[in-house]
Amino acid sequence: MEKKSINKSILGDSLRQSFAKLAPGIQVKNPVMLVVYIGAILTTALYVLSFAGIKDENGGYIIAIALILWFTVLFANFAEAIAEGRGRAQADTLRKARKDVKAKKLKSTNNMNDYNEVLSAQLKKGDIVIVWAGEQIPMDGEVIDGAASVDESAITGESAPVIRESGGDRSAVTGGTTLVSDWLVIEVTAEAGESFLDKMISMVEGASRKKTPNEIALQILLVTLTIIFLIVTATLLPFSSFASSQAGAGSAISITNVIALLVCLAPTTIGALLSSIGIAGMSRLNQANVLAMSGRAIEAAGDVDVLLLDKTGTITLGNRQASEFLPVNGVKEQDLADAAQLSSLADETAEGRSIVVLAKEKFGIRGRELSKMNASFIEFTAKTRMSGIDYQGIQIRKGAAEAVKAFVLDNSGEYPEECEQIVRRVAGAGGTPLVVAKNNQVLGVVYLKDIVKNGVKERFEDLRKMGIKTIMITGDNPMTAAAIAAEAGVDDFLAEATPEAKLELIRDYQSKGHLVAMTGDGTNDAPALAQADVAVAMNTGTQAAKEAGNMVDLDSSPTKLIDIVRIGKQLLMTRGALTTFSVANDVAKYFAIIPVLFFGIYPQLTALNFMGLTSSITAILSAIIYNALIIIALIPLALKGVKYRELPAGKLLKQNMLIYGLGGIAAPFIAIKGIDMLLTACGIM
Amino acid sequence: MNMIILQDIAYFVLLVGLSIPLGIYMYKVMDGQKVFLSRAVAPVENGIYKIMGVKGNEEMSAKKYALSALVFSAVGLFFVWLIQMLQGVLPFNPASIEGTSWHLAFNTAASFVSNTNWQAYSGEAGLSYLTQFLGLTVQNFVSAATGIAVLFALIRGFILRQKATIGSFWTDLTRITLYVLIPLSFVLALVLVSQGVVQTFAPYREVAMLESRAAQTIPLGPAASQIAIKQLGTNGGGFFGVNSAFPLENATTLSNLLECLSLLLIPAALCVSFGKAVKDSKQGKSIYIAMMILFVAALGITTISEQYRGPVFEGIVTSGSMEGKEVIHGIGASSLWATATTAVSNGSVNSMHDSFTPLGGMIPMFLMQLGEIVFGGVGSGLYGMIAFVLLTVFIAGLMVGRTPEYLGKKVEPYDMKMVCLIVLAPLMCTLLSTAAAVMVPEVDSWLTNSGAHGFSEILYAFSSMGNNNGSAFAGFNANTVFTNVVGGIIMLLARFIPMAAAIFLAGNMSKKKAVAVSEGTLSTTNTMFVGLLIGVILIVGALSFLPALALGPIADYFTMR
Repeated sequence: MEKKSINKSILGDSLRQSFAKLAPGIQVKNPVMLVVYIGAILTTALYVLSFAGIKDENGGYIIAIALILWFTVLFANFAEAIAEGRGRAQADTLRKARKDVKAKKLKSTNNMNDYNEVLSAQLKKGDIVIVWAGEQIPMDGEVIDGAASVDESAITGESAPVIRESGGDRSAVTGGTTLVSDWLVIEVTAEAGESFLDKMISMVEGASRKKTPNEIALQILLVTLTIIFLIVTATLLPFSSFASSQAGAGSAISITNVIALLVCLAPTTIGALLSSIGIAGMSRLNQANVLAMSGRAIEAAGDVDVLLLDKTGTITLGNRQASEFLPVNGVKEQDLADAAQLSSLADETAEGRSIVVLAKEKFGIRGRELSKMNASFIEFTAKTRMSGIDYQGIQIRKGAAEAVKAFVLDNSGEYPEECEQIVRRVAGAGGTPLVVAKNNQVLGVVYLKDIVKNGVKERFEDLRKMGIKTIMITGDNPMTAAAIAAEAGVDDFLAEATPEAKLELIRDYQSKGHLVAMTGDGTNDAPALAQADVAVAMNTGTQAAKEAGNMVDLDSSPTKLIDIVRIGKQLLMTRGALTTFSVANDVAKYFAIIPVLFFGIYPQLTALNFMGLTSSITAILSAIIYNALIIIALIPLALKGVKYRELPAGKLLKQNMLIYGLGGIAAPFIAIKGIDMLLTACGIM
Repeated sequence: MNMIILQDIAYFVLLVGLSIPLGIYMYKVMDGQKVFLSRAVAPVENGIYKIMGVKGNEEMSAKKYALSALVFSAVGLFFVWLIQMLQGVLPFNPASIEGTSWHLAFNTAASFVSNTNWQAYSGEAGLSYLTQFLGLTVQNFVSAATGIAVLFALIRGFILRQKATIGSFWTDLTRITLYVLIPLSFVLALVLVSQGVVQTFAPYREVAMLESRAAQTIPLGPAASQIAIKQLGTNGGGFFGVNSAFPLENATTLSNLLECLSLLLIPAALCVSFGKAVKDSKQGKSIYIAMMILFVAALGITTISEQYRGPVFEGIVTSGSMEGKEVIHGIGASSLWATATTAVSNGSVNSMHDSFTPLGGMIPMFLMQLGEIVFGGVGSGLYGMIAFVLLTVFIAGLMVGRTPEYLGKKVEPYDMKMVCLIVLAPLMCTLLSTAAAVMVPEVDSWLTNSGAHGFSEILYAFSSMGNNNGSAFAGFNANTVFTNVVGGIIMLLARFIPMAAAIFLAGNMSKKKAVAVSEGTLSTTNTMFVGLLIGVILIVGALSFLPALALGPIADYFTMR
């Protein structure tokens, strides 16, 4: 995926686009800028008419106004084009992956060599295809047989291949990705034109970008403001004509000035940048490697106030680590360590390895050659919930307390009360107890500790300040969960979480008026994902999960949810800030223009010209030049988004009001005065 | 000046003190709770429902509610229109006044149905007793009640969750009239009569003047009953031509105080009712405070301008601008009334605003141009203000990174459409009608003054009608076909477009579920929000009217210096 920000080709392309977007069909979509556009056309026409002797102002002045208006429109087009540019570049890369390939369509699932070659575009839902190593997967689908490593870099940008296999949660494959090894039998789940890649292209390109409800609501406000100013400026014609006849001095305002005034006052700054802000928000999300299925989803992310976070990977490091050996009934700690190490030597899990490491650190127990001991390793299964080793008639087992207890009792041993106590204590402290037994004797407990990630506590504290509740989801028992929850500083937790319990929890929060976000990958997450307001499916997840969610995280990172919320909030804040800035600007522009506009009729109004502008010509020119330039000046802000910090609503508002509200009033005063001085220095009066 | 300040402070203490219990009482009435009047009034109420054939607890959709309110007002419009044109042949007409012209009758009908009470006629010379008490007084009650009804429909929109209805218009209308407006007016009318305000069906009386012994006709009529509701229901249409500047309409200092208090009483109390109804008194309080700040600031400017910016005569220590003011009321009470009557959409006067200093006259005009939301009309002022609150919430809400919400309800495109209609309608009516008026060729002949002040006279008249205030600047001849027709139309538009929008807003809000409140929610009760709200109101008002004001009172001010 293209990650470079704005390079030269995008810039050149955007310049071309700025002119292409002058087409009336495109301008109509943005009512505020349409007013400027029409104003530009009208003033140009007035300039042409001035040659025929019909002139309401000096020809040079009219053409100056007309040119500035045209530039204002071009600047707005440029802002949109540059926001789209990044997406266009990304879409081009994706299109290369979408090329048609020959698919091997199986006649039946029994014989993998009996297939027809068809074009991938002709595949229908439910068709079965086989893909061999080195070939491209022709279409989105579900793996129904086989296992293989797949290079998904075309979509995720991640070059390390991932495993795709039938059954389980890694069964979804995406068209356009390439098999690196082995083979897969795939059932096609999407047809040409509606595949994941197609959706992705149209999303990053912004082609299918619909205006979000919030954008529409803001648009309504902006149109209303524009209508107000349209009426205000249009009525100035009869007002000033009446006033001049009453005062017996001056004349009615010229149409050129009415148009210039209207453009100054209409909320052109936000009007020009509104769509860029939306596109840039989407683009920021894409850069975070998250694909939103709609713009609506991003905004919903800003509103979310309950985050369901998976414990593993988000709150704790993925793996638990052995931290203590706790022997029982007078067993020496070293003997326990020895047995635990022995049973873990062939254990490739992170927990197993951490036991070996701890035994070495504490007692210097070295690795042993298992083959020489004639030992056989017993693997952990979900059913037995134990692993261990058998050698020379000795059976060592380690595993969940219940399982080891059953094992000991079966071998007519005793399960000591002391062990029960230790198990409870470890679990109570948020750890996972692994009981170790040798034949029918319990040796003790290995304390596996969940390591809470650095910095998450502070992160959650920040989220809480913003009014966002964090809820930890874990399969652990309630005691363990409570301890970790306390250590990590989450607001609540759901222990022994089942998909049903998750769904129930989400419904419960929603009924209380909360908006809930969650991440999921498995098929059994699909109902909860469908229920959540913001549902992020992992790209590694199943097709069902991806379809139920409204975003897909290409990195499959569990912490992504927090970034998504940030991007959503930042998008809304940027819109609000620029609207405030735009309206605040008007106040200053009024003070600049109104007094000088009526000089001719009531010379006494000069008293209000405390900005000391030279004449009505320089005042109006300065205001519309400022009006055009501010669009260009604010493009970077629209693209990057306003500065975002995790603060309570009150503080955020105060901060943004200070910068964009008061700043919005002050900036034009300074800039207009500056431009006015410059124009005066150039001899324009 | 110290006396004026003391007088104003006493006024505010009384106002706030009275508005709180009244607000709680009105909330209880509109919530259907039992109040101390229930035993006496409930049988009447049920009797009315029986006659009207409505069920007391019928729930209406927004569409039905709006239709009921509009049809009810339309019937009132045609009734008042007809009664005026036919008054010459109808009873209760001791002065034998003839039927009015069709356009004046239309203007007056539109004016009273829309709670504007703009008067292009002079009561004692133009209307019969029947027209006054059966046409106008009735509308004084029901147009006020309609405004309050719609406000409570909107409040229900915020309270209800996922419902399709917003209450019953007929119940709302009946309860407000029976439990609030009639009892309050009854008490006030009695007190006014005790002060010397007339209430009689006797014909006009001929008396001989004390000095010249020349004959003078003293107009009489059933005035007190109409004056009470005229003040309480933000109506403002005087029984007599010069309104409360006339001794038989406003007889003493006490009657002046009471009439002035009644101007603001119900609109202020409704803020309290609002807080009670949404189960968060702070919400009502913050709106009350915002309105109060704007009001006090306006009062300050008007009073100072009248006191210190009056005409200066050589050799005389200035006593302020007394032209057009009654000596019994003085500058303080006149400025207070002028500010209050334009802050709320009342429009009754006890002095002539045309004679105010330029800035003193600009403030009442600007208060109207803000859309009659600084207290505003009964009911309509607060629902207009809520539209501005939603506007503020929308901009401020975005800046904290959330979809804007108010009272737990999200503000979405449909809501913004309605809010914009509420804000836009009066503003458009005012500016467009003023523009049309100045383009009429004979406009000069309607004016008393020329120059900037002449423009002020036109702008004031159409601001008054375009915002349903009804206050007259005087100095403007309003009884012309143009002003009657155009004025009548804009009064109806400025009243019923926002009203319908408020009802549909209520319906849409009522459908939504509530969003939970958290630290991330924008507070609508703190100082910051009150400040923002005031800012938004002033900016919208100033951006819309500054150019026009610059050609009127502002130019007037600078040319007079």
